[in-house]
Amino acid sequence: MVSRRRERLERGIKVRTDDVYALCSTKEMLYLVAPRLIPILVLLLLPLILPTYWQKVVIFTGVFALLSISWDFLYSFTGLVSLGQALFFGVGAYLAGSLNHYFDISPGLTIPISTIAGATLCTLFLLPALRLRGIYFAMITLVLPLIFLRIIEATAILGGTDGLTALAPLPGIWIELYLILGIMLVALFALRRLVNSDFGLVLRGIHDNDQAVKGAGINIYWYKAQALFIAALLGSFAGAYLTHVYMFVGLSAFALDFTVVPIAATVVGGMGTLGGSVLGAFILVPLSEVLRAFGPLRIVFYALLIVVFIILKPEGLFNYLQRKYREFERWVEV
Amino acid sequence: MLENVLIYGLINGMVLALLAIGFALTFGISGIANFAHGALYILTGYTVWVFLHTLGTPYLLAIFLAMAITALIGAAIYNVILLRIRGMRSSEIIATFALALAILEAFRFFGFVGAKYTLPTFVEGSVSVAGVIVDYQRLILIGVGAGLVGLLWFFTHYTKTGLAFRAIAQVERTALTLGIDSDRMATLSLAFGAALAALAAIVLLPLGQITVETGLNVLLNALAICILGGLGSVTGIVAASLLLGYAQIITVTYIAPHWLMVVTLVAIFVVLLVKPSGLFGKQKELEERV
Repeated sequence: MVSRRRERLERGIKVRTDDVYALCSTKEMLYLVAPRLIPILVLLLLPLILPTYWQKVVIFTGVFALLSISWDFLYSFTGLVSLGQALFFGVGAYLAGSLNHYFDISPGLTIPISTIAGATLCTLFLLPALRLRGIYFAMITLVLPLIFLRIIEATAILGGTDGLTALAPLPGIWIELYLILGIMLVALFALRRLVNSDFGLVLRGIHDNDQAVKGAGINIYWYKAQALFIAALLGSFAGAYLTHVYMFVGLSAFALDFTVVPIAATVVGGMGTLGGSVLGAFILVPLSEVLRAFGPLRIVFYALLIVVFIILKPEGLFNYLQRKYREFERWVEV
Repeated sequence: MLENVLIYGLINGMVLALLAIGFALTFGISGIANFAHGALYILTGYTVWVFLHTLGTPYLLAIFLAMAITALIGAAIYNVILLRIRGMRSSEIIATFALALAILEAFRFFGFVGAKYTLPTFVEGSVSVAGVIVDYQRLILIGVGAGLVGLLWFFTHYTKTGLAFRAIAQVERTALTLGIDSDRMATLSLAFGAALAALAAIVLLPLGQITVETGLNVLLNALAICILGGLGSVTGIVAASLLLGYAQIITVTYIAPHWLMVVTLVAIFVVLLVKPSGLFGKQKELEERV
């Protein structure tokens, strides 16, 4: 009886380096470029062939993908568990909405202004919580969006429970589509670069052991605040953008969906890769469109997916696929 | 007016203490933040309702059955889910939070929404205390709250399981060398936490309607109390509950009911800024903990 085992070998090119040696041959260049280029091309070409309804779904998916990237960046690289992505989203949405509604500023300006102002505001709100880690930070982020919800409900400012309606739309669906896809791709690749830079290294250090980073004489709060700002930028942009797509902002901007779906997308797609969050969003959001008939049961479905993946497949789909792509597998006799 | 504030502040404080104590117990012993606490609370409410109205069980039996079921679910949460991700704090949070959402939204989906979802009070009627009318249910609530705190103190100081709980909470490794099974204790702590959530639900829910939204509110209130009082101290929980209870009632009476949650948040923020380990927390430095 000959027993066999599966041998896994890393493909050589990855062991050596990401870029320099790859320039030796077109095949190796293709090997490195293909997994990045093909999804980009598919993403950019897909809207051209989809019907209008599914174009809207792509827009929605892009928004959730941005929120997921933002969550993954905070969670996997800084160690901050955010249960309040809805905070970033809602603040950006309400800023854009009120700028447009009360001051009549065009979307071309409200979106950048509310992205930056929203991120600044969110960072300021969460600044006291930066001294905390783990569950304490999670608790605060869970509470904040709900508090904003209650304040708006109670004081009836910013349109109260009715929200602000009849806001200026973006010019045309193509601009809407390619704006969100473009920003999403830029954010994805920029962040992937950032986390491998020195700045990212410090963040990872904070994730692994913040006391050690502190011991190295680095001000961890400053780094955490910066990371928070970056994450909030993405969230606020998503909020401001969707406000103008819907031409409406209301209490639903602080809804739990904007917190749960990004977490689910990242957990399913694979934490710590950023690309995984996008992959997860592009699986889950269209899937939830298909399951629209089930209404609230979709959140149950998301939540159970989170639990199942966290227990059974914590690495997520992206890491799994990446592993398969980078490794040879063969059966050897032992 | 003043008597009103004094009495209802005390009641509200006890309500908050009841909500928070289960969460604090679980966290204090096993270090697991059970974000499904609020969901378990609501789950108990609906379980009792189903026993009462669909199966026609007597109220007292329904209560005990519901408590037992919730405790079992708590234990199951540890053994099925948390055991596999133990020690990864962030995964624990995400998993329990997701579970909470699954439970709550499932109730919403299956139509557990509406005014008919109420539980009967234990004893009908009310008395006048110093000119303020208080119904018996609220008096019972104060009694249960106070009794529970006393019992817990007795339990953790004079029973073997209680002592083991404290040992695990203090130094897990040393506790292991003394033959205390960490996993068994964690299972028990989750079961206890769940049972306390169930008890709170049974005492508190007759005062109002059972709604899905309450689940999240319960969790928020429990978190607020634990942050205020500092995790891992029963005195802190009680003191923080009374403090926040009075603060909330004063807000409701003199400002407006809408600002109730805002007061809670401001309290959390101030405490985090000034003293992150909570008002009565025993942890030396929060930074050393997760």
